[in-house]
Amino acid sequence: MESLWPQVEPLLAQVTKPARYIGGELGAQAAEHGRWAVSWLLVYPDTYEIGLPNQGLQILYEILNERDDAVAERSYAPWVDMEAAMRAAEVPLFSLENHLPARAFDILAFNLSAELVYTNVLNLIDLAAVPLHGSDRSADDPIVLAGGHCAFNPEPLSDFVDCFVLGDGEEVVSEINEVVAEHRSKGRHSTDHPAGLRSRDALLRALSRVPGVYVPACYEARYGPAPAESGSGESTTPPAPAGPGRLSATYPRFAETPARVEKRTIADLGQWPYPRRQLVPLIEVVHDRLNVELFRGCTRGCRFCQAGMITRPVRERPAEQVRTMVQAGLARTGYDDVALTSLSSADYSGIEETVTSIIDDPSCSGQVSVSLPSLRVDAFTVGTAAQIQRVRRTGLTFAPEGGTWRMRQVINKLIREEDLYAAVDAAFSQGWKRVKLYFLIGLPTETDEDTLGIVALAKQCVAIGRQYHKGVTVTASVGGFVPKVQTPFQWFGQNTIEELTRKIHLLRDAARPVRGLTIRWHDPRATAAEGIVSRGDRRMGAVIEQVWRNGGTFQEWSEHFDMRLWTDALAAHGMSLEGTVYRHRTEGEVLPWDHLSAGLHRDFLWQDWLDALANHGLEDCRWTPCYDCGACTGFGVEHVVASAVPPAGGSQGTGQDLSTGGQVPVRFLSTAPSGAVSATGPEEHAAVRVGEGRG
Amino acid sequence: MRIRFRFAKLGKIRFTSQRDVARMWERALRRAELPLAYTEGFSPRPQLSFGLALPTGCESLAEYVDVALDATRAAGIEAASLPALLTPLLPEGIDVEEAVPVEKGPGSLQQLVTSCSWTMRFTGVSKEELRHQVESLLSAPSVPIVRERKGRQVHDDLRPSVLVLAVSDDRAVVAGRRDDTGRSVGVVAELATQPRGVRPIELVRGLIAVSGGPAFRPLEGQAADGDRPVGIPVLDRACRTQQWIERDGIREEPLQPRGIPAETHRAVHALERAS
Repeated sequence: MESLWPQVEPLLAQVTKPARYIGGELGAQAAEHGRWAVSWLLVYPDTYEIGLPNQGLQILYEILNERDDAVAERSYAPWVDMEAAMRAAEVPLFSLENHLPARAFDILAFNLSAELVYTNVLNLIDLAAVPLHGSDRSADDPIVLAGGHCAFNPEPLSDFVDCFVLGDGEEVVSEINEVVAEHRSKGRHSTDHPAGLRSRDALLRALSRVPGVYVPACYEARYGPAPAESGSGESTTPPAPAGPGRLSATYPRFAETPARVEKRTIADLGQWPYPRRQLVPLIEVVHDRLNVELFRGCTRGCRFCQAGMITRPVRERPAEQVRTMVQAGLARTGYDDVALTSLSSADYSGIEETVTSIIDDPSCSGQVSVSLPSLRVDAFTVGTAAQIQRVRRTGLTFAPEGGTWRMRQVINKLIREEDLYAAVDAAFSQGWKRVKLYFLIGLPTETDEDTLGIVALAKQCVAIGRQYHKGVTVTASVGGFVPKVQTPFQWFGQNTIEELTRKIHLLRDAARPVRGLTIRWHDPRATAAEGIVSRGDRRMGAVIEQVWRNGGTFQEWSEHFDMRLWTDALAAHGMSLEGTVYRHRTEGEVLPWDHLSAGLHRDFLWQDWLDALANHGLEDCRWTPCYDCGACTGFGVEHVVASAVPPAGGSQGTGQDLSTGGQVPVRFLSTAPSGAVSATGPEEHAAVRVGEGRG
Repeated sequence: MRIRFRFAKLGKIRFTSQRDVARMWERALRRAELPLAYTEGFSPRPQLSFGLALPTGCESLAEYVDVALDATRAAGIEAASLPALLTPLLPEGIDVEEAVPVEKGPGSLQQLVTSCSWTMRFTGVSKEELRHQVESLLSAPSVPIVRERKGRQVHDDLRPSVLVLAVSDDRAVVAGRRDDTGRSVGVVAELATQPRGVRPIELVRGLIAVSGGPAFRPLEGQAADGDRPVGIPVLDRACRTQQWIERDGIREEPLQPRGIPAETHRAVHALERAS
């Protein structure tokens, strides 16, 4: 196989950030492709800077390259200038390590972490010179694979992707590799397959028997008759494939195909200390630091949060391993910044000891900065943050998500107002001057009172900050809610673009007189486009294809996003936002992802949806009795948590009195020195009493 | 304690920016566990001072960085041992050639350097055409060019900044590699850096301007030679070979080479690793 580098090199003089395309990172493995090794091209369908830090991709890259019978390289979406140069010079998509053509690999594996990158996936398949539709591929074409959070509703991509992988990839990549290696040992064009199957079909059938692997071609989706009020059906090109009727069933086409595909779950994170050799890029990327995963899964139970639902149960990495990974990682990479990652890092058992041991490690010479993404909202967490960010102190971010206590009960983000105000007070009193708050609008049952509660909360936060500094700023960042599959909100009809816009105006007007408060919002049209694909069925593939054919790549980049492409494509296929995005689903409706499982019982999710509508919150099951969601029992695994008691000083459903969430805030009596605050949680709360009406 | 390093930047790594190279050095120095001196304040950074920025895409045999070490902990560090220590910790294509303790003198490297020598390789022109253009440029009283400064277009006279410019008689040699295809023409140049540095790409604009071509022609594409009008030089490769400090009529490099004809020796060594 010839390297494309001689063709790639002259293009680099014409493009921005040419180092995106040269490889050569510390940790990159330019292995030779042995004759029998299965070759994987791991592709992140966004720019190099966004994709390189992706830990999932890096973990699989290492696991595969450690195998004797596999070799893995990487590729990322070329930016629009490079893509144009490549197409003009007829240079196909290539790998970064050996600059080999993508088409020469056995497997193209895509990471799906967001819906709006789907058009990029199509573009990259095309740029690789691989037939766009799985049905058009031959034995000589690579298998197109995809995994990641969005794989839990794979149907919109089922025309283009041959296999999806659900859940943790650590074990299943090896099983897939073995199936492909075995198939290859017979020869790609062998006719020695059961029932006279074409070689490629035989391989896909074999892959469909690997637990956690979903092969759409092995299933058939059936649709009911078109609803009576079928909208303005001026459908022109091409004709809608199956009419606008509702999905009635998705069933396996073959006897040996499982009726239901269950996600994969690794039982013990401690057995997978990856990445061992994190990639260190030559150019600046997002999250440009050492990343060490503290635990996987989250049982806070926030109902809007797909990640928290589909990654259960909680599996902590042993503290000793965390320390070793940090120490070895810093020494190997030369980074001076480490992030301890998870969905809620302050919930890690013994987070304080872990953080302190890193900061006080003499081999790190006191110059290491630790960051905890996704801070929990309480003063305790801020204390830890103050301790770890003593090197570089910028802004702090909290995510209350809902503006009123009622709203937060609905979404089960059980942060009491007093927790938020204590956290903000602690932040400002310890020297931070900028606080950022994340909120969602368009949540189920949301009223204007809930929406305006966002401004009320933020305003109060500004007032708290003013006690300490003159120029404090609070930024409320407002995103539109998109219901996600395998969550209790999967039945909810998303707010319309107009409704979200009205709420944004409401917020903007209410915030205008408040000095120090800035409201930022996400484009409601992009929220709607995300909704189109997030719960779409197979027929949405034609819509995605049309958006791509009309030039709609990099749709998650605001300068390239174009809503007209999406609405035009929907209309061309006899669909509408009303029928796909805005519509509430009923309990009995067949959902396009019903034959796939993240371990959660459907009746648990439905009950949780009813609880949400009744403003009823659920506490974290790590420290309370089991709700039987199905995630542990279904896989014979359980929570792996070092501590049986909730983290000290925590909130959000760790034994607090939840009947008082909306009450008047409490305050710290005095500005505690940072040493005292970071000590222990309970004492800290003892030093709190009802405030004196400041602010 | 301050140590001045000379290093080469060759091969694929030339597509990284000056800022990227600074970050590579920070990480390599930490990996080497050298006792770096840090800046004061909220965001302490290691004290590194680079010479004149090398344009992204250009190679170099003569890059310099001054690194401040913590005086109390740096005692006993042998500067001469550092190139062998650091080169394996830097990405492929960055080769540390020399390390010498220096006094903290007046002005930074960037302020002291007065000119740089370059070797370049052009396509799109014959040797005769290029020789003619070079002569026209050197005999012109002024060479107006347009260049980008912070996103704005500025008119400037290139001529005073061109100190040396000549077409090579031999086959084009850039960074020690000879182009035997016969398709390219080699040029050696010395370009002034004060009051402003001249980039190789700006020299190309000057050559186009004096040859009667368009005054400003963005050098997009390197399409097949047949596709472009004859006589428009296209910069294929450029390599900085020396940086010069001229003081009181004496010209020297930021680190004196150790009695060896520097360029060829360095090039061969560095190229063994660069792709």
